[in-house]
Amino acid sequence: MIQARKLSRTFKTRTGPVQAVRGVDLDVEKGEIVGFLGPNGAGKTTTLRMLTTLIEPTAGEATVAGHDLRHDPVGVRRNIGYVAQGGVTLDIARAGEECVDQARLYGIKPATAVARGRELFGQLDLDGLWDRNCNSLSGGQRRRLDIVIGLMHTPALVFLDEPTTGLDPQSRANLWEHILRLRNDQGSTIFLTTHYLDEADYLCDRLLVIDNGTIVSAGTPEELKSQVSGDAVTLTLADHGRAQDAVSVLSGLEGADTPTVDGDQVQVHVPKGGAALPGLLRELDGKGVDLAAVEVRRPTLDDVFLSLTGRSLRDEPAA
Amino acid sequence: MTFLRDTWIIFSRSMRLSIRNPIWVVIGLTQPILYLALFGPLLKQVVSSTPGLPPGDAWQIFVPGLLVQLGIFGAAFVGFGLIAEYRAGVIERQRVTPASRIALLSGRVLRDVVVLLVQAIILTVVAVPFGLRAPIGGVILAIVVVAALGAAFASLSYAAALRLKSEDALAPLFNGLAIPILLLSGILLPMSLAPTWLRDVADVNPLKHVVDGVREFFTGNITSSTGLWGLLCTLGLVVVGTWFGTLTFRRESA
Repeated sequence: MIQARKLSRTFKTRTGPVQAVRGVDLDVEKGEIVGFLGPNGAGKTTTLRMLTTLIEPTAGEATVAGHDLRHDPVGVRRNIGYVAQGGVTLDIARAGEECVDQARLYGIKPATAVARGRELFGQLDLDGLWDRNCNSLSGGQRRRLDIVIGLMHTPALVFLDEPTTGLDPQSRANLWEHILRLRNDQGSTIFLTTHYLDEADYLCDRLLVIDNGTIVSAGTPEELKSQVSGDAVTLTLADHGRAQDAVSVLSGLEGADTPTVDGDQVQVHVPKGGAALPGLLRELDGKGVDLAAVEVRRPTLDDVFLSLTGRSLRDEPAA
Repeated sequence: MTFLRDTWIIFSRSMRLSIRNPIWVVIGLTQPILYLALFGPLLKQVVSSTPGLPPGDAWQIFVPGLLVQLGIFGAAFVGFGLIAEYRAGVIERQRVTPASRIALLSGRVLRDVVVLLVQAIILTVVAVPFGLRAPIGGVILAIVVVAALGAAFASLSYAAALRLKSEDALAPLFNGLAIPILLLSGILLPMSLAPTWLRDVADVNPLKHVVDGVREFFTGNITSSTGLWGLLCTLGLVVVGTWFGTLTFRRESA
């Protein structure tokens, strides 16, 4: 569905050129949900805007939905849907008319557009809102309306830019289900950008981690997490004095990294924390090291990002 | 050729939204009507006792100026509407479709021309009870010129709006240009009253020739050279406006 090679984009600004995207290679297969994960400013939206023909790449080639980006942008546009980050509707326009107007620009006849629009309204929980002004819709409703507008012409490939940013947790979870249904029921290929780890984890078949304009890693969420040093086993000691004993036991575990001590907490990373735990507790008990608490934590995508870039995604300012 | 179809789609959308919110149509008319009602009557005295004026009575001299003023300023402010659409994400949403880039401009300009035509007709009709008497052929030609001017300035306004993307940048641009244009076009009083140096400066302003041309049309003189000059200047402005507008709408970051 998408093949991009060495896609780059440099912006000329007053303070000198800014390389927003540097040589991105992408492959997306039909029916995949692929996520572009990265902090704000990483180049996600710029890459998306290049792939949707809204801006021209300064270098690189791409084929999107079977059409060459540079030589057949109109062909690309016919076959993709794009839902922009900040919304796409006019306050004073009506929900239904925004959908129909958009569909007509793809050559769809008004009557067909109305039928299609109403069908999508039903699928995305927007029943009864057809004649409402866009500014009278809630945040979640308006976002779902944005998505309906992007889907009016039934594109095989859909680009979603930060689909759930700014929504409350319920609306987010609700929208995730709709996105999954898009792929499962309609066979759509979905390319989304996000800086939410839970979203990337839940929705995406594959992830591309982008930082500073380049792709630093790619793979399924599980693959990426397993590349990180492993599960974090954290012991809270009843007696700080026994920290060194705890450390020596932990370092003995198979595949363990160097344990770290922080006050009364000792932490180590091991490949399979759950499996190591019973033996570990027995050994600590045998040495008379009393524990106040034990925690095993599976790696998160934040750990992935941290290990890849040395920075935590959570350190970035909130969207 | 999707251009015509896309222009129609954009036009019908814009027209629908304008009809639903006609306040701007009314506001666009307010300034010319105020000038007509509150300034126009003062000219009757001036015209009857001043030499050096073009042919025609007070209204035949004044109303053409008002129509040109409507064509320019009525159209010049449409850019603000485009900035609102840009902020809402509508422009990008339309650009991601296979629709013709120029249709995104021409559909909107067509709406502005239609609105302008309605306003121009209302203005002319309102001037009749005040005392305007002009041949119907001349009036029709004048309104065509106004529509063309409107197309030119709407295109320029959209181009400026899309490049600047900010109301704070757009407003001073227009206001800075508005007063000199108004004063150097002979809209309020004909430039024929001006001293030579001022008349020479005004001659560089194509709008001055347009106003002179429309004044000729209002006295029934459709085939004079002044009228022809006026038409040519109008055409020139339309070409420049459309070219600039098209260029901007094709540009990538627009």
